[in-house]
Amino acid sequence: MTHPIPSGTRDVLPAEMAELRAITDALREVFEWADFGEVATPTLEYAEVLERGGAGAAAPAYRLFDQQGHVLALRSDMTLPIARVVATRYADAPTPLRFWYLAAAYRDVRPRRGQRRELLQAGIELIGAPAPEGTAETLTVLCTALEKVGLERFRIGLGDAALYPALLAAHGVPEDAHGPLLHELVTRDFVGLEREIGKLGLPEPEAHLLLTVPQLRGGAELLEVAGEALEGALEGLRAVHALLPSAVAGRIIFDLGLVRELGYYTGAIFDVYDPALGTPLGGGGRYDELIGRFGRSLPAVGFALTVEQLHIALTGEERLK
Amino acid sequence: MSVERLTIAVPRGALFGETLDLLQRIGIDTAELRANDRKLLFADVGLITMRPSDVPTYVEAGAADVGITGKDVLMERSERAVYELLDLGYGRCTMVVATVAGPDPMAEALRRLGTVRIATKYPKIATTHFERTGRQAEIVEVKGSVELAPLTGLVEGIVDLTATGTTLAENGLVVREEVSVSTARLIANPVAHKLKAAAIDALIRNLRAG
Repeated sequence: MTHPIPSGTRDVLPAEMAELRAITDALREVFEWADFGEVATPTLEYAEVLERGGAGAAAPAYRLFDQQGHVLALRSDMTLPIARVVATRYADAPTPLRFWYLAAAYRDVRPRRGQRRELLQAGIELIGAPAPEGTAETLTVLCTALEKVGLERFRIGLGDAALYPALLAAHGVPEDAHGPLLHELVTRDFVGLEREIGKLGLPEPEAHLLLTVPQLRGGAELLEVAGEALEGALEGLRAVHALLPSAVAGRIIFDLGLVRELGYYTGAIFDVYDPALGTPLGGGGRYDELIGRFGRSLPAVGFALTVEQLHIALTGEERLK
Repeated sequence: MSVERLTIAVPRGALFGETLDLLQRIGIDTAELRANDRKLLFADVGLITMRPSDVPTYVEAGAADVGITGKDVLMERSERAVYELLDLGYGRCTMVVATVAGPDPMAEALRRLGTVRIATKYPKIATTHFERTGRQAEIVEVKGSVELAPLTGLVEGIVDLTATGTTLAENGLVVREEVSVSTARLIANPVAHKLKAAAIDALIRNLRAG
């Protein structure tokens, strides 16, 4: 007799579990070596607490009531629960704080390869460490962890969440017109972006700039592109780049079009790519204002990797050899 | 710097001929594709052929780095995570709402029954169009000739793609509304877009010039 399980969830049997365990053991070893401490938080939280993270993809997708009528939610990532822990349990503690986790998160995604409604995430949060030092430390831990897992061909796309909004503001695009343009960028539609830019009636050189800058991606030479409007964000990326060990710097693809659906990112953002998988393996970024929403204002940065996607990429790399 | 080779998903069907012409103009040998309509994978030239509606599936998964398909397909499969890079301009056709000629049977159905029945191969586009225009619609998904549905009383109207309107006219149907205009688009896998940036940018430059 067979019994179904919900769409987007799965069972793991011993052969696969052993391989997943090897990956999570490698990650744990690197996180502990880098002096991060493991934390666990409840799978269920009060919905109103998680909603402090703001709207967007971070909003919890699954809610239920307890016997008292409280609205509970399944966490959609670990960043929000850790922000809560920092504000509540480390209200006066000296910083920086370093946490790592291995935990399930729950998202309302269309189930497909490596994308589950219940996903196992491994990651770190570095709290109270401002840019650029905190960002460089996080990227270094990320690279070390991916190498320890056994991935050889991964690259890290690095951009800045504030870059495109700053570019729009510098060219006099009114605040209320930013939404449609950013929507086209988030949905990866450059044809739509060109159409929306056309509606602004800007002079040709400026319209061209707004369309081409977010399509720039490549090596550190990109950080030298002209334009005062970009100077703030590019200066930040240059400062991070200067702090990276060469092994890490060699993995970086600067991406001036990188944007996020999660509402809480403020500065540097990054995605992990591997040629063996068609979707990013994980990502992260700076969220300098999020913990302040929970009551203790601290700059922070972190990343999350989806363990199942690391596994698919690892087996895919073996096949490409 | 050496530029990595791309795997390109090519749509068979209405866009096939013009897509091959375009690829030929930018220096990709398409002779074997023209000669052999059973073969699907042409590894020597980095081309794979498939139904237009499968192109986003292959590109999203990274089985093809880039692909060409109609905007109608992308609208119907808008949940697919792919980059839309270029409007190629050809394969122009219009998504329309059509009914039998004479008094509009949709108006009668909406007035007396409150709901209009619509047959389509594009349930997402049809649902969005009727929601956006504030009408209740019962969307009936069909796989084959949509024109049959209003002639047999299955539905009052259809949402379908038309290039010249000939098939509609031959079946006694008239266009009541235009939903959107569709052309061929170049799409790319999100990871390939970063890891094979030089090759993809070169392809875009060539396609713009071609």
